[in-house]
Amino acid sequence: MINLSEVIETNKMIDRENFDVRTITMGISLLDCIDTDIAAMCGKIRDKILTRAKDLVRTGEDIASDYGVPIVNKRISVTPVALIGGALRDTGDYVRIAKTLDACAQDVGVNFIGGFSALVSEGMTPADELLIRSIPEALYATERVCSSVNLASTKQGINMDAVRLMGEVIKETAERTADRDGLGCAKLVVFCNAPDDNPFMAGAFHGVTMPDTVINVGVSGPGVVLSAVEECRGAGFEELCETIKRTAFKITRVGQLVAQEASRRLGYPFGIVDLSLAPTPAIGDSVADILKEIGVEEAGAPGTTAALALLNDQVKKGGLMASSYVGGLSGAFIPVSEDQGMIDAVNAGALTLEKLEAMTCVCSVGLDMIAVPGDTSASTISGIIADEMALGMINQKTTAVRLIPAAGKKVGDQVTFGGLLGHAPIMPVNRFDCSRLIERNGRIPAPVHSFKN
Amino acid sequence: MKKVIITVIGKDTVGIIAKICTYLAENSCNILDISQTITGGYFNMMMVVDLTGTMKPFAEVREDLQKVGEEIGVKVHVQREEIFEKMHRI
Repeated sequence: MINLSEVIETNKMIDRENFDVRTITMGISLLDCIDTDIAAMCGKIRDKILTRAKDLVRTGEDIASDYGVPIVNKRISVTPVALIGGALRDTGDYVRIAKTLDACAQDVGVNFIGGFSALVSEGMTPADELLIRSIPEALYATERVCSSVNLASTKQGINMDAVRLMGEVIKETAERTADRDGLGCAKLVVFCNAPDDNPFMAGAFHGVTMPDTVINVGVSGPGVVLSAVEECRGAGFEELCETIKRTAFKITRVGQLVAQEASRRLGYPFGIVDLSLAPTPAIGDSVADILKEIGVEEAGAPGTTAALALLNDQVKKGGLMASSYVGGLSGAFIPVSEDQGMIDAVNAGALTLEKLEAMTCVCSVGLDMIAVPGDTSASTISGIIADEMALGMINQKTTAVRLIPAAGKKVGDQVTFGGLLGHAPIMPVNRFDCSRLIERNGRIPAPVHSFKN
Repeated sequence: MKKVIITVIGKDTVGIIAKICTYLAENSCNILDISQTITGGYFNMMMVVDLTGTMKPFAEVREDLQKVGEEIGVKVHVQREEIFEKMHRI
């Protein structure tokens, strides 16, 4: 039988250490909504999402109440829209789909819907290109839609034409949403090796290899890990790693429970649990603070990459045994604007874009929620993207870029998005040019170690 | 069996267990186990309770007990048992 100290431990995590289940994300296939007529297609999309997700939010709230653990977000991911838009004629049609998704999200009460996406690692279809070109308008005209583009993979290399195009699209998206500090870019991410079952925004989409409807759950808990790491100040690496592993196991078990319950109550299969340390701007809910507790003065100091590698790996090891199916991104996220410790490190001059790039080699995802000066050129943004894609491609891992080139802002200014998206200081970007690289056509071939057949 | 864990945390005072137990008895909730400790003047208690006998839905029992807790100045949590089983048992 459970004892008092175990109960107190669990409730301390929830009450004082910001432990939560970050999201229940329902993945919904839209492949059966394809139609040559845009109005008919939007109608089918609406019918399908409203039918499948009608009980999602209420079920999430019920589970949170039953177990006394907060479930912060209820979200939806859909089939990459470019895959269902082969018959669409112009960017306006895509914007119309984005608006339909936005309205559905509002009606079922989810805060984000992901999947305004294209997968173009080896090349773009006309549909992919139309979708990409419609992103600035789509993110300007909607509130809850998230967009992602997979530009590269270990198996296929890097589509540099798409990298060039995305540099321009990110610039344009920032300019279109300049009145909101470039908020559109906070909902737009580019990937290398994007997973099909990621429940976290902005990069969630419902992969084509998935069942029709699926429940994925993302757990979090940097505050819980921080508190556990504080208990082993001065201890050796063995004790430190064991502590992180044990904590990751415990928090992932709750994710597994919530995922199974949500799947049972909603009547759709359980996909995966994503065991990621996802920070929030709340004090004490920071991945940077864990790195500091491990032993660096600020995130970005020498040793930070090693500390992060250790953290990321132990989180995976602890979590893997705790869930029957682990997937998504699983590891530690290092967004700047969503993590008060990261923001402090940037303001203190400890953390640079280049150090963040190094850190992305050893943790899940990549350059995330980083605000850069508004006069950063499209080719420079493409260059930063290309570097990050290369890291993912060569190291056979998921990497991503979510940059906000905030129009009219310069180093020393700040952008504010509010809520979970937080606020960020504008970070300096290397001022040397890479436009001759970006102007080259075609793609970078897949690396030699991708040929395993 | 619908097992829930009720935890009560707060400044120690007379009649905390009595108040909670009275509510449970009036609503046909069967107490399976109780343990408590007082550390630094703070009262910590947990009860394992079976809700099979009560007609009230879980959410209502939880809200009622939270109100009882507010009246005597302690914090009451009511959670289904599985969250603790899952987290602490392999």
